[in-house]
Amino acid sequence: MQVSLKVNGEEHNLDVSPSKLLVDFVREDLGLTGTHVGCDTSQCGACTVHLDGRAVKSCSILVAQIDGAEVLTIEGIGTTEDLHPMQAAFRECHALQCGFCTPGMIMQAIELIESTPDLDDDRIREGLKGNICRCTGYQNIVKAIQMVADTK
Amino acid sequence: MSDIVEEENTHGIGVPVRRREDLRFITGKGNYTDDISQPGQVHALFCRSPLARANITSLDFTDAMQVPGVIACYSGKEMVKDEIGDLPCGWMVNSKDGSEMLSAPHPPLAVDTVNYVGEPFAIVIAESIEAARQGVDAAAVEFEELNPVVDLSTAAQSEQLYEGIPNNRAYQWALGDEEATRTAFAKASHVTSLELSNNRLIPNAIEPRACLGAYDSSTGDYTLYTTSQNPHLERLVLSAFVNIAPEHKLRIIAPDVGGGFGSKIFIYPEETSVIWAAAKVGKPIKWVAERGESFLADAHGRDHLTQAELAMDEAGRFTGLRVKTAANLGAYLSTFGSSVPTYLYGTLLAGQYKTPNIYVEVDGIYTNTAPVDAYRGAGRPEATYVVERIVEQAARELGKDPADLRRMNMIQPEDFPYETPVALTYDTGNYEASLDKALELIDYAGFENRRSDSAERGKRRGIGFACYIEACGLAPSKLAIELGAGVGLYESGEIRFNATGSVSVFTGSHSHGQGHETTFSQIVSDKLGVPYDQVEVIHGDTGRMEFGLGTYGSRSLAVGGSALYAAADKIIEKGRKIAAHMMEADLESVSFDKGQFLVDDSNQSLSIQEVAFASYVPANYPEDLEPGLSEKAFYDPKNFTYPAGTHIAEVEIDIEVGSVELVDFVAVDDFGHIINPMVVHGQVHGGLAQGVGQAMFENCVYDDFGQLLTGSFMDYCMPRADDLPNFRVDTTVTPCTHNPLGVKGCGEAGAIGSPAAVMNAITHALGVKDISMPATPEKVWQSIRGE
Repeated sequence: MQVSLKVNGEEHNLDVSPSKLLVDFVREDLGLTGTHVGCDTSQCGACTVHLDGRAVKSCSILVAQIDGAEVLTIEGIGTTEDLHPMQAAFRECHALQCGFCTPGMIMQAIELIESTPDLDDDRIREGLKGNICRCTGYQNIVKAIQMVADTK
Repeated sequence: MSDIVEEENTHGIGVPVRRREDLRFITGKGNYTDDISQPGQVHALFCRSPLARANITSLDFTDAMQVPGVIACYSGKEMVKDEIGDLPCGWMVNSKDGSEMLSAPHPPLAVDTVNYVGEPFAIVIAESIEAARQGVDAAAVEFEELNPVVDLSTAAQSEQLYEGIPNNRAYQWALGDEEATRTAFAKASHVTSLELSNNRLIPNAIEPRACLGAYDSSTGDYTLYTTSQNPHLERLVLSAFVNIAPEHKLRIIAPDVGGGFGSKIFIYPEETSVIWAAAKVGKPIKWVAERGESFLADAHGRDHLTQAELAMDEAGRFTGLRVKTAANLGAYLSTFGSSVPTYLYGTLLAGQYKTPNIYVEVDGIYTNTAPVDAYRGAGRPEATYVVERIVEQAARELGKDPADLRRMNMIQPEDFPYETPVALTYDTGNYEASLDKALELIDYAGFENRRSDSAERGKRRGIGFACYIEACGLAPSKLAIELGAGVGLYESGEIRFNATGSVSVFTGSHSHGQGHETTFSQIVSDKLGVPYDQVEVIHGDTGRMEFGLGTYGSRSLAVGGSALYAAADKIIEKGRKIAAHMMEADLESVSFDKGQFLVDDSNQSLSIQEVAFASYVPANYPEDLEPGLSEKAFYDPKNFTYPAGTHIAEVEIDIEVGSVELVDFVAVDDFGHIINPMVVHGQVHGGLAQGVGQAMFENCVYDDFGQLLTGSFMDYCMPRADDLPNFRVDTTVTPCTHNPLGVKGCGEAGAIGSPAAVMNAITHALGVKDISMPATPEKVWQSIRGE
């Protein structure tokens, strides 16, 4: 079926299978492999992207559902030369180790900052419930998000 | 004598350098196995057993091959026909009567019988994952169901699973002096006994295992991209034991790997089948585990049942420790499955204490469950759990302060080197220093006030200790091989100066989150005086570095870092010869400091970059010296390293609902010298999260039929951000005495000390002897009600 989508600012008109998941579309069809798949039950959050400005798990969205939508992936928020403040904070605070959950974690964190006023430790931790990290114990992730929140 | 040394903050080593690998990870440019694709690539999925134990009576691929897109289906029989060998266990453990370990044959794809739910018995290869999935569904298999053996406590008395392996027992291993320990107990004025279980865990690195295998028929070369912690070991096993291809025709690449925690050490059926099948179908084959497959078929961790007794004299001095453990090995001996509950467990039972008599027996038992192998800590968390739980219980029975009882039994700084009754010689440590610092950090003196405050709010507060020791950087090779290891335990490193002065560093260690690209660069930069950004660390590819044993057992810095240090020494030695020639000085008068070769009593000097250039453009160059400046070293450790420390947990329990809040956690660890404190703290946080996960949340559960009940993130409780506190971590330093960096290793400590600390705190709060891990609200609630 025909769908048009904007991904990281770029327009895509495509003919997709009705069963195509958004995560498979960005990874396989667009080669944007920064969005990861860590589970098969929408529990881990490694696949988190922004859909029309909201953080969603792209493993649970069909491309066919989102005709006309704007999608933002980790590749669209900043580059090595020009990091998004959240990317910079993750590095500064050592908020990642193996890096696999990181793109999803950063996309979730950006939405958290934008949608929640007065973030504190508890609210950040609550807001990360849907993203699993096995490496960091979350402590430095929370620190990184707080750092960005404090500069807002 | 071991003194506390104040760390000196020099350039390179000791600085919390921000990680260079982060730049690709935070921008989505990491290169994990599933991110790699090859032209013409096809996809594999596995037919997996739905039963815990069954004979395969028929297997027919006729319908599967009719599925559009399916190009091949192979069973275990085809692998046997191609003379593909069984997956070996890499550590031979002898029983106490001297007999050899009894290994159950472990074909990569089950041939006649399946022995755990999820065991693969066929591979289906198709042009798309969807077609492969339909192919798996269409494979016609019939089973004759057999009685499974699932319960570890009765497995030895249950139906025999394998011919020639009575009592389902791989070995009955023992360590220590049984008679002397018996005497110690006979003379004891007090004996504390405890029955403990160490719950089974599923590692769950967030990147599922994956591989991409390709065969080039024009050269006969195989290339396997795989999520491995140790690509050279994988190549060795696939070549020498499994018979895929000779080592020089097999290249293993472990690119960015999304966490391992032990589970990616092992040589698994899936990548073995994929690389074998890639030659048969003549196309690159990719397999990526679904999370459900990770739960079923990644090697699990822990799973012990233990009876422990501690004998003491009238003063409370430990005089004997006797431990009897049943260790669940799963259905097959995984790559290092035999060594984890033996040499990595029994040897650690002295802990930090001078207990003179220790005897441990371990029965390694087969069950119809997934293979069990190393998971972060691997044997050492289990040992620490036994020692630190029983010591805490002993303090309660004797009415002594648990910190005081530990203190009076601790090995003292003047006792090192200290030979334990369980085969290890600790080189250095200062256990009271970590204990004191931890007591201060947690404000131990203020605990009773905090407890009263909690009580006023209707809550129960508890505090618990764990003074752990671990043995890292498994070593030395000769000793390990004598004890049954199938490989050496050294590491390789190569330092290659490029003509223009930058440095390429090759290590046999593998980073899957540890940050070696940064920390190893710090070491080389510091040692050779080369700017940090001129040093690059390369790892994870058997085609690029000579050999390596990878990353496990907190070994990378202590062993791999030491190899680089040794290679750097060789660079300096050769550089001195070149510099002496160029400056027309005696070799003896040339020294090296901070990147400069200096001539004594003169103002002459040459930078190492100038010397490197001269070595590649040898115009003015010693006649008897080879051009080039590239050196490699293999470093074989002289001993284990012995990180140690004190972890203290404080919990508050809501007695109405049984929920436990971990209100404070302090970890004071001695890792020897520290290269990058930021990375070290991160490693400790992560280890603690996994240890707290074991104590409070995580549990792998099979039902009586061997079906995995905790097969997804919805059923297996992973610690999430709002489950954990902010850990407070600090360090003390006694440098390791036998490696050049004075380092010990920090990767596993968090997971080793924390379960015992948390459970001691919970049982303290509840006033009970034991509660099994994980301490879920239900169990705690029942315990409060005396159920």
